[in-house]
Amino acid sequence: MSLLEVRDLKKRFGAVEVLCGVDLTLEAGEVLAVVGDNGAGKSTLIKHISGVYRRDSGDIALGGKAVAFDSPKEARRAGIETVYQDLALADELSVGANIFLGREPVRRWLGLLPVIDRGRILQETQRLIDSIESHIPDGASTVAGLSGGQRQAVAIARALYWDAKVVILDEPTAALAVMERENVIKLSRMLAAKGVGVIYIGHNLVEILEVADRIAVMYRGRIVHVARSEETTQEELIKYMTGYSERRESAA
Amino acid sequence: MATHDANLPLGRGMKAPAATGTRHLRKWGLPVETLVLGLTLLLWVVMALTTSTFLTTNNVVNILRQVSIDSIIAFGVLFPILIRGIDLSVGSVVALSGVVCATLLTAGVPIPLAIALTLVLGVAIGSLNAFSVYRLGIPAFIITLAGLQAFRGGAFLVSDGTSVFGLPKALSAFARAEWLGIPSLFWSMLVIGVVLHFILSRTRTGRYMIAMGSNHESARRAGINIKRIVFFAYIVSSVTACIAGMLLMARMSIGSPTAGVAYELNAIAAAVVGGASLFGGRGSVLGTFIGALLFATIANAANLLGIDSFWQMVATGILIAAVVYVDNLHKRRQSGVK
Repeated sequence: MSLLEVRDLKKRFGAVEVLCGVDLTLEAGEVLAVVGDNGAGKSTLIKHISGVYRRDSGDIALGGKAVAFDSPKEARRAGIETVYQDLALADELSVGANIFLGREPVRRWLGLLPVIDRGRILQETQRLIDSIESHIPDGASTVAGLSGGQRQAVAIARALYWDAKVVILDEPTAALAVMERENVIKLSRMLAAKGVGVIYIGHNLVEILEVADRIAVMYRGRIVHVARSEETTQEELIKYMTGYSERRESAA
Repeated sequence: MATHDANLPLGRGMKAPAATGTRHLRKWGLPVETLVLGLTLLLWVVMALTTSTFLTTNNVVNILRQVSIDSIIAFGVLFPILIRGIDLSVGSVVALSGVVCATLLTAGVPIPLAIALTLVLGVAIGSLNAFSVYRLGIPAFIITLAGLQAFRGGAFLVSDGTSVFGLPKALSAFARAEWLGIPSLFWSMLVIGVVLHFILSRTRTGRYMIAMGSNHESARRAGINIKRIVFFAYIVSSVTACIAGMLLMARMSIGSPTAGVAYELNAIAAAVVGGASLFGGRGSVLGTFIGALLFATIANAANLLGIDSFWQMVATGILIAAVVYVDNLHKRRQSGVK
């Protein structure tokens, strides 16, 4: 049984069929990259998995159970965390406050008033930061002062802490410097090593070949090719991404 | 420029020109509250040394009374500002609550009930503002500007255009009372300030307000109940304005429909000078108090020195601009823009 199974997923926005029957499986402990040109349907696909969109037809199963999320919150509760391109961190809050945002541990002040357990947040955050070796100065500093890579690490740390089953990384390295890319790749592998199923959306094929166990290529709302990274090449992936192979097959 | 600034319309996203004159300012690295506190203390020292009237018990108590009511209103206004909203109606709510409470009292309603009913009015006004912003999608600036007009009109209607006289003696006695040499109004401000500071810094509600003002989308995705936070912020603003309105009424011994004109602007200025950002997510109760204290000190000093009140208005305006400018330099430095 796969961790996540998507079968024959279809979605139409008005006259445009954005997803025309997508099939995808994700195993626990693997990094599955989804690549494709702009408009191939990558974002639409992950937004169905993360509960942002509702499908027209098709099935999604998590751990063998059929699921239909009405909101990102429901998907999150079921164990699907999404790290968005724009990161969705609150700048004015600390690293710890961001990791725990919406799920703060609470203690009773003077046995009465519920207050945020700041000590515990700080402690857990520090442990988490140390465990991912991400060079974040400390859990109490605000996110405003962090670099793009450090922010990415905070977002991934959040997923890690809350025991996500599936983590979706939406172009996690798009705005990062080269050194920081390496760190994100390391963190993605770390998530997989902990048994998380990682869906990695990306553009950079060199990076994709390095990080992914398997690569799925989308073209015009379909997954046209799935390959293990060690058994494919940039050239082959580009062929499928640009639809070259499809045109050749239909011509043959 | 990091991508996270893209959702800010202006302010922090702007590039800093590397002018030589601003370079040393950036090195300070002080939060603006410290700067404003320093300025206030400097003013106190200068006034104490140059005049014989400033550092007298009478005058200090006077400043404390003045700063109390201003601060209470400013604390309330800070809450909508934190969630990237605004409340321009508080000055008019001060008048309306004073007039309503006074009318109830002169009609023979017992004091505790009159106070309770006025507070209910505050909750209702705050809920109306929040409903308009959250559900009807009216910009906070517009709906509370409408409130500024409408509630002022309401104050005149309730009082029939004149002040309401004949309040119970107990109220003016309370406004004049002192405990441990500190005016009761100041104690009231302290209690409200401590409660609001506690909410902001220690509770989930406070943290969610900062999260919302800082990045609305992240708050929503974290599953925060946005509606609850919006209602909370605007209700706090209106209720504190009602409390200030009743305290002002007690201090003046009348319910006046012309009370609190332009108080909303003073309150916003105090919050901003005290470190709040009009783009949300930043600001504190303590900073707001320091901002209000600075303005109260300036007004008092100008009075004692016999400086034309028009010049005082000009100076206050320049001060607001200067403080926000220096604060922007600090923020740019912090967010790593070179």
